[in-house]
Amino acid sequence: MSHVAAPPPSGPVPFARENSLKLLKDMLRIRRMEEKCAELYGAGRIRGFLHLYIGEEAVATGAMHALARGDNVVATYREHGHALLKGVPMDRIMAEMFGKKEGCSRGRGGSMHLFDAAARFYGGNAIVGGGLPLAVGLGLAAKMRGEERLTACFFGEGAMAEGAFHESMNLAALWKLPVAFFCENNLYAMGTAIERSESQTDLCTKAASYGVEAFPVDGMDVVAAYEGAKRARAKALADGPVFVEFRTYRFRAHSMFDPELYRDKAEVEQWKTRGPIHTFTARLKAQGDLTEERFLELDAQVEAEVGRAVAFAEAAGWEPVEDLTRDVYAP
Amino acid sequence: MTITYREALRMGLREALARDQRVFLVGEDVGRYGGTYAVSKGLLDEFGPERVRDAPLSELGFVGAGIGAALGGLKPIVEVMTVNFSLLPLDQIVNTAAILRHMSGGQFAVPLVIRMSTGAGRQLAAQHSHSFEGWYAHVPGIKIVAPATIDDAHGMLGAALDDGNPVLVFEYPALFETAGELSSARVDIAHAQVRRQGTRATIVAYGASVPKALAAADQLAAEGINAEVVDLRVLRPLDMDTVLASVRKTRRAVIVDEGWRSGSLSAEIVARIMEQAFYDLDAPVARVCREEVPIPYPRHLEEAALPQPEKIVAAVKGLFQ
Repeated sequence: MSHVAAPPPSGPVPFARENSLKLLKDMLRIRRMEEKCAELYGAGRIRGFLHLYIGEEAVATGAMHALARGDNVVATYREHGHALLKGVPMDRIMAEMFGKKEGCSRGRGGSMHLFDAAARFYGGNAIVGGGLPLAVGLGLAAKMRGEERLTACFFGEGAMAEGAFHESMNLAALWKLPVAFFCENNLYAMGTAIERSESQTDLCTKAASYGVEAFPVDGMDVVAAYEGAKRARAKALADGPVFVEFRTYRFRAHSMFDPELYRDKAEVEQWKTRGPIHTFTARLKAQGDLTEERFLELDAQVEAEVGRAVAFAEAAGWEPVEDLTRDVYAP
Repeated sequence: MTITYREALRMGLREALARDQRVFLVGEDVGRYGGTYAVSKGLLDEFGPERVRDAPLSELGFVGAGIGAALGGLKPIVEVMTVNFSLLPLDQIVNTAAILRHMSGGQFAVPLVIRMSTGAGRQLAAQHSHSFEGWYAHVPGIKIVAPATIDDAHGMLGAALDDGNPVLVFEYPALFETAGELSSARVDIAHAQVRRQGTRATIVAYGASVPKALAAADQLAAEGINAEVVDLRVLRPLDMDTVLASVRKTRRAVIVDEGWRSGSLSAEIVARIMEQAFYDLDAPVARVCREEVPIPYPRHLEEAALPQPEKIVAAVKGLFQ
C-alpha cells in the first residue's frame, strides 16, 4: 500500500462560515491541548504513556461534529481529541492527565483511559481492538431499547488484525446494529507498517466481506471527514453497521518512548504538507471566510482555554490513599 | 418440590427473564438448540429471539457485547458454553468488565452475569474438563459464585443480577442430574454455608466437590469422626468468617479443590487460615486437589486425577496421625 499522501485537500468549503470556524477551532483545541501535554510530559507533570493525535485531528473533529449529543463513542488510547470533542471538558481531561481526583476518571486512568458517563464517552481503551465488542453491545442495547442512538467506535488499522475486529463486525452485521466502525488508518500499528500487518491492505474490501457498507474517506480533510461520518451515521441508524476508513497520518511518534526507526523522515514531512489545520485554514482564507486576524483570535481563545485547563489540573487534588479501593465493587 | 439441578437453573433463568425486561440471555446455541446442556430449553418460545439470542462462535465478541449492553442499560446474561472456552473472552472479562468501574472513577457499572459450565468427570478429556474458578477468583472487580445445591442453582442467578457487579456463575454438569427439594428461601451471594455440622474436622469445598465432601463426611461419621462441611458458595469475595469459625471450632481442616493444586484457590484458603487461625489448629491444614495433569479420557484415569470421597476421607484421617 502506498504511503504517499494524496494531494492536499483544496476547493471550496461547503459550510456556513460559523460552522467552518467551529471545525477549525475544534481542531486547534485538540492540537494546542496536546502540544501542551507533550510539554508537560517533558516537565514530568504527566507520566505513563502519552499517545498524541497530532496530524489526525480532522478525523475526530469531522466525526464528532456529525454525531448527535446522545450518541455513544468508544475510542482507543489515542483518544484525547475524541473525548474533548464529545464533550468532556478540557480541564477535566487535563486533570486526568495529571492523575488528579478532579480528572474525568478520578485520576484512575490517565491519558489512555478518559471516561465520561454524561458525555456518553466510553473510553479510552488500551487493549487494541478491545473497544469493538463493547461498541457492539452498546449498539445492541440501543436497538433493544428502541433508542435512536448511534455508537461510533474508533480504532486504528492495527486493530483490524485482531480477532475482536472480525467477531465484532460479524455480530454487528448479523444483528443489524446501529454502529459506525471508524477506522483511523494512519499506516502504522505502533511501528509495524500496514503492508506488514495486513494481508489485504484494502481495508474497505476486508470490512465489506461482512456484508456491511464500507467506504474510504480522506482523513486529512475535515470537510470529507464530516461528510463521511454524517453519511455513515444516517446509514447505520437506518440499516445497520457501516465501516469507514479514514486515511490519515500521525505526525508525532507512537508514544513518548518512540525513536521512530520504522519510517522515513521524508514520508512524515510529505504528510505534514497535508496537515489538516493549515490546509483547512488556507481554504477558508481563499474563500474569504477567514482572515489572519480572526485565526489569531481563535488561536488565542484556544490557548486561553488550555491555560485554564492546566491551572485547573495544577490546583486539583490527589485522591486520598484511603480511597484506593473505592469503586472496585458496587457499594 | 423435588427438581433437578438443571431444572433449578432453568427456573432461575425463566424467573429472571420474566421479572425484568432489561434481562436477556445471549450465547452459543441458547435458543433453537435449547442450550448445550439443555438449561435454556423452552425459553426461546417463551421469550423470543431478541431476549434468548443465539450468538455465533465468537466468545470474545459476545462477552464484550454483553459488557457493552450492560453499559447501555440492559442486564445481560451471557452464557459461555464452558469455562474452557472462556479463555477466548478472558481479555474482555479481566481487562474490561472487572476494571471499568474503578478505572472510570466509579462512573460505569457493569451489571452483567456470565454463566459457564465447569469441571471434569464426564470423560470429555483435557480441553473440556478444566476448572478455572480459582483463576477468576484472583481478579478484583468481579464476583465468582459456585452453586452446589438446588437452592443455589435456582437462586444465585437472580442474586447475581441484582448485585450490580459483573458476576461469573459457574455451573456444574457433574451435578445437573442431581435432584433435591427446592425451598422457598432466598439465597445470597455473600456467604459460605455450613452444609453439615461437625465437631472434629472441617472440610471446605465448592461446586461439584461439595457432594463429595458430604459423602466423605458420611463415611467418616461411620468411623467415628464427626466432620463439618463448609460450602464456600462464593469464591470471590471469600467469606472467611464462616470458614474460620468452623476451623476454630474443629481445629482441623481439609480444603477440597477441583482445580490444580499449584496456585489454586485452596492455596489461598490455606494461607488465610494460617494468617488468621494458626494457633487454633491442632494439625497442618491438608488439601485434596486435582492431580497436576491434563485430564485424560479413560474413566479410571480421570477419576484418579480428581478429588474423590476416599481421598477426602484419607486426608481427614491424616490430620489425626
